Amino acid sequence: MFSLAPAIVFFPLLGFLFLGLLGPRLKNERLVGIVGSGTVGLSFLVATAIFIEMLGLPPEQRKEIIQLFAWIGTFTGTSASMNVSVAYQIDQLSIVMTLIVTGVGFLIHVYSIGYMHGDPGFWRFFTYLNLFIFAMLNLVLADNFLLMFLGWEGVGLCSYLLIGFWYDRKFETGGYAPGTAYTGDAAKKAFIVNRIGDFGFLLGMFLIYVQFESLNFDTVFGRAAVLNVGGEVMMWMTLLLFIGATGKSAQIPLFVWLPDAMAGPTPVSALIHAATMVTAGVYMVARCSILFALAPATLQIVAVIGALTAIMAATIGLVQNDIKKVLAYSTISQLGYMFLAMGVAAFGAGIFHVMTHAFFKALLFLGSGAVIHAMHEEQDIQKMGGLKKYMPTTYKTFLIGAIAIAGIPPFAGFFSKDEILWKAFSSEYGSVLLWALAVLGAGITAFYMFRLTILTFEGEERFDHRHVHPHEAPQSMTIPLIILAGLSIVGGFVGIPESLLGGNALEHWLEPIFAPALSKLRVVPHHVEITEYVLMVLSVGIALAGIYGARRVYLRRQELSALWQQKYARIYKILWNKYYVDEAYDALFVRPAVRLSNSLLWKGLDVAVIDRMVNGTATAVAWCAFWIRRVQTGVAQMYATVLVGGIVVILFWLMIK
Amino acid sequence: MLTSNILSLTIFFPLVGVCALLAVKKDNIAPIKWIGCGTSLLTFFISLALYFGFDPNINEFQFREKAIWIEQLNISYFVGIDGMSLLLIVLTTFLTPLALLGTWDSITHRLKEYMIMMLILEVGMVGVFAALDLFLFYVFWEAMLIPMYFIIGIWGGQERIYAAVKFFLFTLFGSLLMLVAILVLGYYASTMPGGAFTTDLLALYQVGPRLALSIQTWMFLAFALSFAIKVPLFPLHTWLPDAHVQAPTAGSVILAGVLLKMGTYGLIRFCLPLFPDASFKFTPLLSVLAVIGIIYGALVAMVQTDIKKLVAYSSVSHLGFVVLGTFAMTEEGIQGAIIQMVNHGLSTGALFLLVGMIYDRTHTRMISDFGGLAKVMPVYATFFMMITLSSIGLPGLNGFVGEFLVLLGSFKSKFLASYWYAIFAATGVIFAAVYMLWMYQRVMLGPVRPDGLYGGHKVNDLTRREIAVLVPIVLFVVWIGVYPNTFLSKTAPVAKQLVQSMESARQGGQMRVADVPQP
Repeated sequence: MFSLAPAIVFFPLLGFLFLGLLGPRLKNERLVGIVGSGTVGLSFLVATAIFIEMLGLPPEQRKEIIQLFAWIGTFTGTSASMNVSVAYQIDQLSIVMTLIVTGVGFLIHVYSIGYMHGDPGFWRFFTYLNLFIFAMLNLVLADNFLLMFLGWEGVGLCSYLLIGFWYDRKFETGGYAPGTAYTGDAAKKAFIVNRIGDFGFLLGMFLIYVQFESLNFDTVFGRAAVLNVGGEVMMWMTLLLFIGATGKSAQIPLFVWLPDAMAGPTPVSALIHAATMVTAGVYMVARCSILFALAPATLQIVAVIGALTAIMAATIGLVQNDIKKVLAYSTISQLGYMFLAMGVAAFGAGIFHVMTHAFFKALLFLGSGAVIHAMHEEQDIQKMGGLKKYMPTTYKTFLIGAIAIAGIPPFAGFFSKDEILWKAFSSEYGSVLLWALAVLGAGITAFYMFRLTILTFEGEERFDHRHVHPHEAPQSMTIPLIILAGLSIVGGFVGIPESLLGGNALEHWLEPIFAPALSKLRVVPHHVEITEYVLMVLSVGIALAGIYGARRVYLRRQELSALWQQKYARIYKILWNKYYVDEAYDALFVRPAVRLSNSLLWKGLDVAVIDRMVNGTATAVAWCAFWIRRVQTGVAQMYATVLVGGIVVILFWLMIK
Repeated sequence: MLTSNILSLTIFFPLVGVCALLAVKKDNIAPIKWIGCGTSLLTFFISLALYFGFDPNINEFQFREKAIWIEQLNISYFVGIDGMSLLLIVLTTFLTPLALLGTWDSITHRLKEYMIMMLILEVGMVGVFAALDLFLFYVFWEAMLIPMYFIIGIWGGQERIYAAVKFFLFTLFGSLLMLVAILVLGYYASTMPGGAFTTDLLALYQVGPRLALSIQTWMFLAFALSFAIKVPLFPLHTWLPDAHVQAPTAGSVILAGVLLKMGTYGLIRFCLPLFPDASFKFTPLLSVLAVIGIIYGALVAMVQTDIKKLVAYSSVSHLGFVVLGTFAMTEEGIQGAIIQMVNHGLSTGALFLLVGMIYDRTHTRMISDFGGLAKVMPVYATFFMMITLSSIGLPGLNGFVGEFLVLLGSFKSKFLASYWYAIFAATGVIFAAVYMLWMYQRVMLGPVRPDGLYGGHKVNDLTRREIAVLVPIVLFVVWIGVYPNTFLSKTAPVAKQLVQSMESARQGGQMRVADVPQP
């Protein structure tokens, strides 16, 4: 069964090739939709079959590497020469990611059949989606850094193509350059910011290659496992890899591309910018856990960046009015939690949150897509309200998603988030401060999610009834919503902690993957403590308070929000403008770079200095020639005179010598 | 007979077409086109015999042919190829017919002379990569200059005369110094025990490294200057934007696709193995210039308003990678440099073809004249995207393989001995995405122009002929990206041998200076 792993990757590739080559001729949306989602569905089935087989095997037999062909080699036969294959690694971690990617991916593909119905680029959309799944599967199944990097940049490309899918449309940027940006700007920004991260990844890979003389996971991690903790090389290596992760997973300082990425169609936001691609950074850190374990300093940085991102994005999410923007900042914030988990060496908890987040965030995005459809492409929640009457299924599922992300038991988000909070507090690498930031973020999360839900679905109807006739989404859209809602409820049960009498199945499943790192870090499993219960109650209480606050402000005392807006105008403005990060980057990097290149390098150095010197030389030669050629008068007497004169001078010189 | 002379046949076959063209009346447009394209296509098929007959396991020059030319000076017609020359020759014979086919209707004026020039140019280019005698190399090197001069000067744009003269003088200046160095090197061969004057490269490989550092230095500089101008290495690049912008499309394709590689080919073939000690001495300087070129070329490309000029400056950036990989003197670096030469030939050649296709339709190349083309020309936009991605080094396409190996090779290089070269060079990967995607966005994305006209013209999507030109390039772009080993295996012995000889030269460098004969 394991040997079928390449099939998981190649079904979507076949779909991509089929749709990409024949797409313009296939006039049939049905066929395109079936091929597009069918390939992903087949991948999911194969992955499930492999997973079931794995369940029946003892842990040490759950890993296998399937070699396909040599990719980049230098063929020189020397031991240190580069040799990287296209090979896929099936193990406990990659199969979990694969199931998420293909499972959630399949649902989103099906949803897209309804969502993209009638779009002239229907086939193009599914072509890109299939390519994305192919790239993403390469990322998670790769058995070496280079193939992972192929997937890593490949998903970035698909993200670029899909953000700019409606390339002739404008989109709302929010704070900067309001109303003037095209989707192409957002797409380009996403790619370039990711490239900055990839620059780090690339250099990290070089350091790995220099240090371990290989790029294969097995070899590198095996050689790393015998090293001692600490050392500058390991710190730089992991920091560089982490820079890559901050780009892909939208963390400080490279998060700026994700909110703009909402310019893409909503299924894209759900699939790429919530459930799968953006978690690639978390997966990469988890995959390299042993490397990070050798650099505790980096782990600290990861934890701090994660916590800061979580709280920063949550505060921005408080004031945004675009339904997708709120969800985008929420995603950034949740990704922050995952990195916090990585940073405090709670790798299993981080992956757990990747999974539950994929369920509820995909659900929320798809729900918002249904709303946007129903509202005729309106995304401003101030112009919504009272929609639950018109779209009950969407409302109920959206509410489930909101409860899940708020962290109310027994919904999925509670277990994963609480695990992270507990580890942030109790781990040797955690601290009370990190925990406090995370809990505060959790409260804010509950508040803004319910603000979003209420402003969208409850209260008075603020839209124009003459133009907008809200309606429930078609079945192809609601069925995925219902399935994801189900997963958002029960998805957390695979990770019920021992304190709640669960088996923490997921963490045990992943144990063999993280064991080397944890033993390096000397992390010992904790016994159940009373503190754990206290903190649990505390975090649930704060989440409930957030929900209660949102209901109070946005249902009963609506004047409050306007009042606060005035009272705290300065804070509000900062949050509304997203801490002016975009503006700062623009002023610090983008505009100076263009100005420098244009006036100083090109028109200054290239044209005015180097080229002028070249032309000057040519002119000087021409000038000399102009004067020297006057000697060629053609007058024989003149030549004779010069000749005699020359002889006289030479003779004279010989005499005095 | 045929198999033993297959290399010479590849070099000189285009002359058959030239003879045929001379017999055709200049008004017979169709036969002229067919003869031109047909000849170059046949040349490509002949060169395939080289490709399939080449044995990568034999670590020496293959398909050798040697005939006495000037007996008194030991100068001979000596040709032969290794993996590096093989790839570059096939690249040349591959690109030439595509360049001609891609510009099928672009040239209307003096078409016959144009075809003749293109075919003579092909002879020169293949000859340069095949020559194993320095004098013969020099003859081919100069011979190729003349048709290129006319191609720019006669069929170029507004400023063609200025550009042509600039191109000619720049290149000639460098190559004259190289000629002197070739003769001096030949003379030193005669000073060796039992030696005689020769320009045989294989013999000189034994002579050059034994010279004193001071002599090596001067000769290295003479060679390297000539090659650096051709590459072009910063700050000797200013002929390039002018020549590219003014040249007709096919000229730009050949110029970028093949001619620039002669510089980097020369560095690997001549400079390093002939003058290893001088190479070590100048490694920091040339590597720094290469890195500056990578960043500088990218930044200047970013702010161009003319698409063709943008592509021209991007060449400065891409070729910087090749030079850096060369001076890394690691297997990864050299292999990366060679494959990067091929990659740049494919992707930049294709970019110039694409720019030419849109120029033929709109008679403008200004970025600001475009926007929303993807809606009007979806097939064109798709090809443009693929080539753009190849150019910015997306993994899975060809550009990545070269850039990655070069960067990795320079990162671990003992000769560069600093991570900073690779770190700065890697920023070029970011900038490449910036200038290419920004250009792509302004040309292809956004709304269609209000009147639907570009440069005052209505535009149609690609014709079958144009698609037929681009498809083979895209196939190779994907092939090299997915399975580069087909080509890397051909160049592995070259890289291995060069690196070994450089390493042993570095270890033995100190001892050898003593037994150098004084002139």
